[in-house]
Amino acid sequence: MSDIPSELKYASSHEWARLEEDGSVVVGITDHAQALLGDVVYVELPEVEAEVSAGDEVAVVESVKAASDIYAPISGTVLEVNENLEDSPEMVNSDSYGDGWMFKIQPSDLAELEELLDAEAYGESIADE
Amino acid sequence: MAGLKTPFYQLHVDAGARMVDFGGWEMPINYGSQIDEHHAVRTDAGMFDVSHMTIVDVTGANAKAYLQKLLANDVAKLTESGKALYSGMLNEAGGVIDDLITYYINDQFYRVVVNASTREKDLKWMTEQAAPFGVKVEHNPNFAMLAIQGPNAIAKTQQVLTPKQQQDSANLGVFFAVESEGFFIARTGYTGEDGYEIMVPLAAVDKFWNALVAAGVKPCGLGARDTLRLEAGMNLYGNDMDESVSPLTANMGWTISWEPADRDFIGRAALTAQKEQGVTHKLAGLVLEGKGVLRSQMKVIAEDGSEGVVTSGTMSPTLKKSIGLARISKTAGDTVMVDIRGKQVPAKVVKPCFVRKGEALV
Repeated sequence: MSDIPSELKYASSHEWARLEEDGSVVVGITDHAQALLGDVVYVELPEVEAEVSAGDEVAVVESVKAASDIYAPISGTVLEVNENLEDSPEMVNSDSYGDGWMFKIQPSDLAELEELLDAEAYGESIADE
Repeated sequence: MAGLKTPFYQLHVDAGARMVDFGGWEMPINYGSQIDEHHAVRTDAGMFDVSHMTIVDVTGANAKAYLQKLLANDVAKLTESGKALYSGMLNEAGGVIDDLITYYINDQFYRVVVNASTREKDLKWMTEQAAPFGVKVEHNPNFAMLAIQGPNAIAKTQQVLTPKQQQDSANLGVFFAVESEGFFIARTGYTGEDGYEIMVPLAAVDKFWNALVAAGVKPCGLGARDTLRLEAGMNLYGNDMDESVSPLTANMGWTISWEPADRDFIGRAALTAQKEQGVTHKLAGLVLEGKGVLRSQMKVIAEDGSEGVVTSGTMSPTLKKSIGLARISKTAGDTVMVDIRGKQVPAKVVKPCFVRKGEALV
C-alpha cells in the first residue's frame, strides 16, 4: 500500500505539495509515483528563479525504465531546488516525502493550493488506476 | 490482461515481483530494486526466468544443410556435441528477422533458441524455409528456462545439481551445452558474466528455483537483464536491429560466415551488394559526458553533420554513467552530440562493450 501523508496536497499527476511556515511550497513526487517509476537514476530540476504556471512541465525524473515529466502543481517562482538529488537521485525512492523533495515554489496564488487533491481524494484516484 | 504465463509465474509473484507485460508475457520487471539485482549479477549470482524464449528443435537428415541456408553464421563450424553458435536469421533483403543461438546435438538434430517477441513469425519463416529440405521444425514446449549469471553463478548452481549433473557439467566449456538427467545445461548468457542458461523440465521448476534461492542466487527481473546486456554491449532485438536493419550496421558482422563462398545463405546476395556499395553506418557505443540519460530514438549529431539515432540507452549501474548503443555514420568522430529533450549533450563514441566480467572497459 502506498504511503499518502494526510497533511499534504496532491496533484493527480502524482506530485505532492507542502505549505511551509514562510509561505513557500515544497514539491516532490508521491510514494506511489516512485514505486511505479522504479529506481530513480537522474533528476533534471528547474532553474532557480524560473516563473512557472500550474501544469507546466518543470522537471524530469529518469528512472531505470524511462523519463517522466514532473508538473508544477501550482504557479509561482522557483525559490530553491534540491541539489542533493544530483548525487543521490535514489533519495526519491527511499524518502519521497522527505529528503527526496524536488523544488520549492513561492506561490503567486495560494488559492491554487486549495484546488489540489487532499490525501483521501488522491488515494481514491490511484485506487482507480 | 490475460497475458501468457511462464512455469515460474507463481514463484515470481510469491517473491514479490512487479509483473509487467512483455511481448504478451507476464514477466517480472524487478523484485524490488532493479539496481540491486544488477549488482548481484556483477558481484555474485542472479537468476532470470527466460522461459518466454522459444526452443525450436530442428531434426532430419538435412538439418545441417537447412540451417546452412537459413542462418548467416555457418553451423558447419559446430562439430562437437553441445557446441553453440550465435547467428542472425536474415530475410532475402538482408534484414534481421531474429538473432538466435543454435546448439549442435548431432548432424540430424539442432536445438535453436529464438526470441519471445518474434516467436510466431520465426516459426512461420523457419517452417516455410524447411519445406525443400524435408526437416522437422518443432516448437519444444517441454522446458522452462532459467539463466543463472554472475561470478558465483556456476559454483552456486553446482550446489543444487544432482551428482550426475555436476559430473556432466563440471568441465563444460564456454558456449557449450550438455544434456543431463532431463536438464539441458548451457554455459551461455546475456549479461557479460559467466554462468548458465538451463532448460529445466517442467516438473522440476519449483524445486530447482527454490534450491537456487536457498543457495543464495538472487531472482532478477527484465529490468536488470536489460541494463546488464547493454553494459555488455549485446544487442536487443527490436531495439538495436530488426528486419529493416542489416547485420553489417548492427555490430553483427562477426556473425556472418562468408566462407565457403558457395554457401548460399538467405540474405547473402543482399549483404554482398551492400558491401560492394559500401556500408555507411555502424552500431557504436556511446558514453554520455554531460547530464541526463540516453534513451532509444534520441537523435545523434556528429561533428561532420551526419545524423544518427540511439537504439538503446540507460543509466549504467556499474559505471554510474549513461551509456547507449547508437547507429551512426562511420565518419562520425570520437565525440558526438545527443539531443536530449532539445538540449545537445556531448557523448564519447566507444566500442560497443562497456563492462565484462565485472570490469569497466570504458
